[in-house]
Amino acid sequence: MDGKCILRMCDITKTFPGMIALNKVCFDLNEGEVHVLVGENGAGKSTLMKILCGVYGKDNGKINLCGVDVEVKDTKHAEGLGISMIHQEFNLLPFRNVAQNIFLGREPVKGPLKVLDEERMHKEAKSLLLSLGLNLDTKTLVKELGVAQRQMVEVAKALSMNAKVLIMDEPTATLTTREIEQLFATIASLTNKGVSIVYISHRMEEIFRIADRITVLRDGLFVATVEDPSSITMDELVAMMVGRRIEKRFEKPPVELGKEVLRVDGLSSGGKFEDISLYVREGEIVGISGLVGAGRTEVARAIFGADPKDKGKISLFGKEIKAGNPGTMVSKGVGFVPEDRKEQGLALIMSVKDNIVQASLDKVSTGPFINGPKEKKVAKRYVDELRVSTPSVQKLAKFLSGGTQQKVVIAKWLASGSRVLIFDEPTRGIDVGAKQEIYKIMGDLVKDGVGILMISSELPEIISVCDRIYVMHEGRITGEVMQTDANQELILGLAMGKEVVQ
Amino acid sequence: MRLAAQILKYSRLLIIAALFVGLTLASPVFLTGSNLINVVRQTALLAVLGFAMTLVILVGGIDLSIGSVLALSSCLAASYLKEPSTIVIGTIICLGVASACGFLNGLMVAKIKLPPFIATYGMSWMTRGLALVFMGGNIVYGFPKTFRFLGAGYMLGVPTPIWVMTIAFTVLYVVLHMTKIGRNVYATGANKEAAFLSGVKTDRVVIGLYTMAGFLVGLGALMYISRLNAAEPGIGESFALEAIAATLIGGTPFTGGEGGISRTLTGAFILTLLSNGMNLLGVSSLWQSAVFGSVIIFAIMLERISKKLGND
Repeated sequence: MDGKCILRMCDITKTFPGMIALNKVCFDLNEGEVHVLVGENGAGKSTLMKILCGVYGKDNGKINLCGVDVEVKDTKHAEGLGISMIHQEFNLLPFRNVAQNIFLGREPVKGPLKVLDEERMHKEAKSLLLSLGLNLDTKTLVKELGVAQRQMVEVAKALSMNAKVLIMDEPTATLTTREIEQLFATIASLTNKGVSIVYISHRMEEIFRIADRITVLRDGLFVATVEDPSSITMDELVAMMVGRRIEKRFEKPPVELGKEVLRVDGLSSGGKFEDISLYVREGEIVGISGLVGAGRTEVARAIFGADPKDKGKISLFGKEIKAGNPGTMVSKGVGFVPEDRKEQGLALIMSVKDNIVQASLDKVSTGPFINGPKEKKVAKRYVDELRVSTPSVQKLAKFLSGGTQQKVVIAKWLASGSRVLIFDEPTRGIDVGAKQEIYKIMGDLVKDGVGILMISSELPEIISVCDRIYVMHEGRITGEVMQTDANQELILGLAMGKEVVQ
Repeated sequence: MRLAAQILKYSRLLIIAALFVGLTLASPVFLTGSNLINVVRQTALLAVLGFAMTLVILVGGIDLSIGSVLALSSCLAASYLKEPSTIVIGTIICLGVASACGFLNGLMVAKIKLPPFIATYGMSWMTRGLALVFMGGNIVYGFPKTFRFLGAGYMLGVPTPIWVMTIAFTVLYVVLHMTKIGRNVYATGANKEAAFLSGVKTDRVVIGLYTMAGFLVGLGALMYISRLNAAEPGIGESFALEAIAATLIGGTPFTGGEGGISRTLTGAFILTLLSNGMNLLGVSSLWQSAVFGSVIIFAIMLERISKKLGND
């Protein structure tokens, strides 16, 4: 459908402390089209859409809706303007029924006393749902609905507010193939009625199936709007998303790869990931790449025994580990640097020293008693070795900067003598200098024969740091790439579920 | 600001000093040997129960069943304690029942993941009910001299409860502050997930603490009925709240991972001094509750302000 332009966002700029999320981004939307918005994690897609529907304010730029300049104050205001967003996590009340959810806060009333007009509410809800091709009892509680039906309720809710612009953030992420077909049919009927859809997705096949136009963002910048998707290939689109910025951030020291230290065979966990097999050798840095939600952290936690597994075998140094839990894994020489150091890596109200020796209390104790001078010595040693900038080992961890805290977490595993280390997003949220130091520590570790498994969302990082990279897509490993063959296009393609024959 | 911070840091010692000076001036009886021994003796029971509460609060929990478990364990053991020949069995029953109740609390919290408030609240009703059923309206009273020694006797001129409390304090202090177990307790309280991911068996830590709390309650039960010279199912109704008060006034926050039993000892002492002073001055017991309530709130406000001023 080629309609007239109903929405124009011009030179939108948004900064968060320490970063520019959007830099003069432009985006426009025609009546009745499906406009797909793509970009890597952190490219600014969600931020742009959150500005459009009033979640964030913008620093600069203009939003023009149907020829009128508007300042979207908040989500309520946006809904009034006819802009609605269907979030990945639905904003529905589980213990209210379908009709109550659709008309939440806008219930039809009758009479001078403004009594709830239950009958009309259910009738209108029913007809809205029928127009979406869904025959559903409007008295059903939302908690009893499946994901696809909830999504439809959200769409019906948006329609009841006369939405002209509907933003869908990865709507197919949790749907089955059949449900996706239904969704696409609904989208087609919506666009026929003149509703315009902004569609955020990472899935290549569906992007090319439903897009009327595609806009690409990268690092908060507008890259291009593709007017005719059939004129480009998937590879070209991926190339636009990653750009041409390859910087070598890190030179791994030449290390002779040794025996296998970690092997995982057919690891599965209900719905989170399936049939994961991988291995790590002495002196090797192995990466797990993939988009947010691909199941990377879940795999790491299951390997470490922090979450249960349904199926599969985990072996350390050639020996199978039966019932793994973090306690046994730590005693066998495995360490885990979690994604969120404040929530999972450190006890913020404890001292640097206490945090460093936490996984190696046996080594600093005589019998049941902790040897005070000894633990202090160990803590000091690693503070010096990793150049942890703290005035004393007694300082509480909460007073340290992000990068320094991360070093304390790593120090904990050095002190415990880990031979296999799992890093989950080790450099997220820390500054460039500290990043370099973390890479250097990883380099020193592999020189000592430690095997490292590292999760990272940053493609340039994972490509320059890792010897070998597994790529995950929706809970499965879709490819294994050697550093020499690795490039961003290849990895991003695999991460988005593109089949690659190797 | 620095001065204010320093004052707040030692606020509890200042409060004790102020109470001493004030009560000495206000009542001629306060600063006499017999009264002071009385204060310390009362502190002993409250402190032991306070230690129990502090242990579970250290890992972000709470134990509302303290008073009822104390009643149940003493009622089940009372008839054995009455006969000089079965005192040992009675003691074992009392400590065993209380520890078992603590263990169940721990299981509910760590394994079934019930909120500690709900698990121990339920336990409180259950044990109180069982105690009432078991006693069937009867009271056991008149314990033999050997047993009364624990609550009412003296050793080397010092009341026995103080010895018991001192031993409990010493053991707990050493375990909490000098051993691996203690370090894992604080780590679990400070950040359970981080402790778990460092290899600490956090479930075991939690269950162990609730069980130890139960054991201390059993110890408190023996001290209490020995002094009271009677056991009946209605005793200890207010003990859980008093133990929480001692912990909070002492300065162990509900958030876990901070504080400890030495603070609770101070808290128990302050509470007992206050109560003793008000008794001496003839303040009605109705008013005393109101005063305790405001003292708790005041103590926590001080704590917050002190934190803001950077005392850590």
